[in-house]
Amino acid sequence: MKSLPLFLYRCCLIFCSCLAFSEIASAQTDADALMIPKKFYCAGVLYTNSSWTNYWEGAYKRDNGNIGKLSTNIYTLIGNYGLTNKLDILFSAPYVTTNASSGTLAGQHGLQDITLTLKWLAFQSQIGKGIISMHAIASGSIPLSNYEADFEPVSIGLHSKSVAIRGLVNYQTGRFFIAGAGQYVRRNDIIIDRNSYYTTQLVYSNQVDIPNANNFIVSSGYRSLRFNAEAIFSQTTTLGGFDIRKNDMPFPSNTMNATTAGALFKYSFSNSGLELTGGGNYVLKGRNVGQAATVFGGVFYLFDFNKKTK
Amino acid sequence: MKKRILYMMPPLVIAALVFFGSCKKGVIDRTTLYPVLNPANIDLNADTWKPILITNASAFNVAAPDAIASPAYVADLNEIKALQSNLSSDQKATIKYWSAGAVLRWNEILRDLIAKHNLPPYQNADGSYPAPNSANPFAYPQFPFSNPPYAARAYAYVSAAQYDALVAAYYFKKLYNRTAPYTNDPAVQALVPKSALPSYPSEDAVVAGATVEMMKLLFPTEIPFIEQKAAEEMQYRLMAGANVRGELNAGQSLGTQVADVFAARARADRAGKAIGTSAQWALLPAHATTRGDQAWISLESPQRPPMLPLFNKVLPFLFDTLTVVKLRPGPPNMAGSVAFNQEAAEVLSYSKNSTRGQQAIVEFWADGAGTYTPPGHWNAIAADEFVKQNYSEVRWARNLALLNMAEMDAAIVCWDTKYFYFNQRPSQANPNIKTLTGIPNFPSYSSGHSNFSGAASTILTYLLPDRGTKFTDMANQAAMSRLYGAIHYRSDCEVGLVTGNAVGQYAVKRAQTDGAGN
Repeated sequence: MKSLPLFLYRCCLIFCSCLAFSEIASAQTDADALMIPKKFYCAGVLYTNSSWTNYWEGAYKRDNGNIGKLSTNIYTLIGNYGLTNKLDILFSAPYVTTNASSGTLAGQHGLQDITLTLKWLAFQSQIGKGIISMHAIASGSIPLSNYEADFEPVSIGLHSKSVAIRGLVNYQTGRFFIAGAGQYVRRNDIIIDRNSYYTTQLVYSNQVDIPNANNFIVSSGYRSLRFNAEAIFSQTTTLGGFDIRKNDMPFPSNTMNATTAGALFKYSFSNSGLELTGGGNYVLKGRNVGQAATVFGGVFYLFDFNKKTK
Repeated sequence: MKKRILYMMPPLVIAALVFFGSCKKGVIDRTTLYPVLNPANIDLNADTWKPILITNASAFNVAAPDAIASPAYVADLNEIKALQSNLSSDQKATIKYWSAGAVLRWNEILRDLIAKHNLPPYQNADGSYPAPNSANPFAYPQFPFSNPPYAARAYAYVSAAQYDALVAAYYFKKLYNRTAPYTNDPAVQALVPKSALPSYPSEDAVVAGATVEMMKLLFPTEIPFIEQKAAEEMQYRLMAGANVRGELNAGQSLGTQVADVFAARARADRAGKAIGTSAQWALLPAHATTRGDQAWISLESPQRPPMLPLFNKVLPFLFDTLTVVKLRPGPPNMAGSVAFNQEAAEVLSYSKNSTRGQQAIVEFWADGAGTYTPPGHWNAIAADEFVKQNYSEVRWARNLALLNMAEMDAAIVCWDTKYFYFNQRPSQANPNIKTLTGIPNFPSYSSGHSNFSGAASTILTYLLPDRGTKFTDMANQAAMSRLYGAIHYRSDCEVGLVTGNAVGQYAVKRAQTDGAGN
């Protein structure tokens, strides 16, 4: 029983929800109750593949012979450093490529947005046989390159600076845990290359109001020192935006909602500092997003910068 | 616990400050910043300017206005004073919006409707495509699909009708010489710049009347929206103390009468048949194959019939149909020829290696589905310039009519070229050529953007010579954007510019002789 808090010290964890049209893969690198101890650094690479054939045009689900299957590959560098036992700093930097299997639209590639995250274990207490913890997580992301956002559905991202706050509650008893998290994302206007565009009316500006978003996650599963297996449900909702009109092209300020279900597995090799992660998710229901099926896998390594005492 | 909360406060406060201070929100639409129109010259002689279709302004029916001393006119003045005694902030915003100019705002409204209706129809379950039907405009796909040729024609008819209506209005303004309400009654405030132009009939109402009447034909599903805009504009003239109701009624009536002349032409200009029939579509590939060239095929899935293949038959404004044929450039490079292969290789290199700067140019000029189209883009460019000129309403209308007749005629000549040669797009010749914007569903040669841009830049450069090479540079960039985007060969763009310039010269010739000066 005394080792229970140890379950909550872990290497960084990621699971990707690729809401293509616009990849927001980097937005969810921090939605777990795991912390890395002080002066430990965890580095990793994660590969993500996401693809969809069907998408929702407003509420209407369809395919598109001029897109075929839209595939996205994401290669993400991830780091997590324990500033203290209760405060971690994380970063993730994805390189994204897109490809449409039909039609003529050229796939895009480039460095997407770097996300910096502060993850703070605000509260932790034994309750009954279990342990409850609360995290406050703040993150910000900025584009790493001048990629084209206004080229949906093949653009690699929205090119918006954003900040987000997330609250996370986790309860673990024995090796069973359940967690819930809520996030609010504020996103900057973006600058596009056109100086007018149509939303529900013509707007004469090169600036586009990207809607804010919220995100709720419920996850539950098995978590031991070595092995983690969990099911994850998430709901992302943009607060504003507009629907793609019938047979129109998507646009960065569309409403983009998605409900996903997924699973995540992790295995840590004892003493070696090596950890493997894998998983996937699927969009059950969406609005102005692709019905993406996503799989990912990553390798992480834990470095200890504490003075060696062994 | 208390201590813990205190401990939590500083990071929370900092986080909140960072969070709410870090984001930039607030899109400013530049058209909301346009100044109040205060014409530098009221163009009092505009009744002598050469109209486009009408021949005799005096033939229209505009009854003499009520005498200044009549009870009817006094009642009209009182209506204004009652309105002005209690203006809400919404009403003041309405005044601010419309006072930028009637021709300008109606042009923007038209651009908005073009963008709204510029969506290619979604396919039927069997892979065929439904076509909009003007006799049943509300059924999907709604009428119209305002693609570039349709849009060019719509801009032209609306602008030309507004112009002729204003020329006719000037005839009656001078005939009746009614002074403005704020001149006749000091209790009426002028909430827009005072004008020495006689106010009967109202030029705003003439423009609104002509536009509403044209739009009934061009955008039949939008009539309630358009009529609401017109009512709002009439209310603005009253609230601003600029016109009495009688001047508005007379203006709307005159505008409607003049527009009916244009509507009659539009109904008979063959645009209604431009979509063609499947029997006519089947004959098109021979246009290329008999020359030994590769015929165009639709790259859409499912394959879509080509866009308005008989638009070449539409009656132009600036020249006759024989001139359409005369303006047609020589043939494109034959598929498989050395020149063709070189150009296709160049397109492939842009497809693979366009810089981010070139991609920005592609996007800036794309003007594809869901936009106001290339002619609309040139209207927006012209409007941004014209607002700096303090034109009178009639000169606004005349200059936009010149621009838009050039755009419509450029569309006719370009479509004639496209379907006369019916050649393949680069991505058809080489499927490895991926595009940086949507590939248009019609033959390649010559580039529509280049035709539109050549014609627009030629007339705009004539109208605004002090802008130097600004419009020419923009046109060159617009043309090259289609090569950077890998949807056109270089010669499509270069030849399209030349043809567009030639069409634009017809507008210049008209401008030189219409009596309006530069």
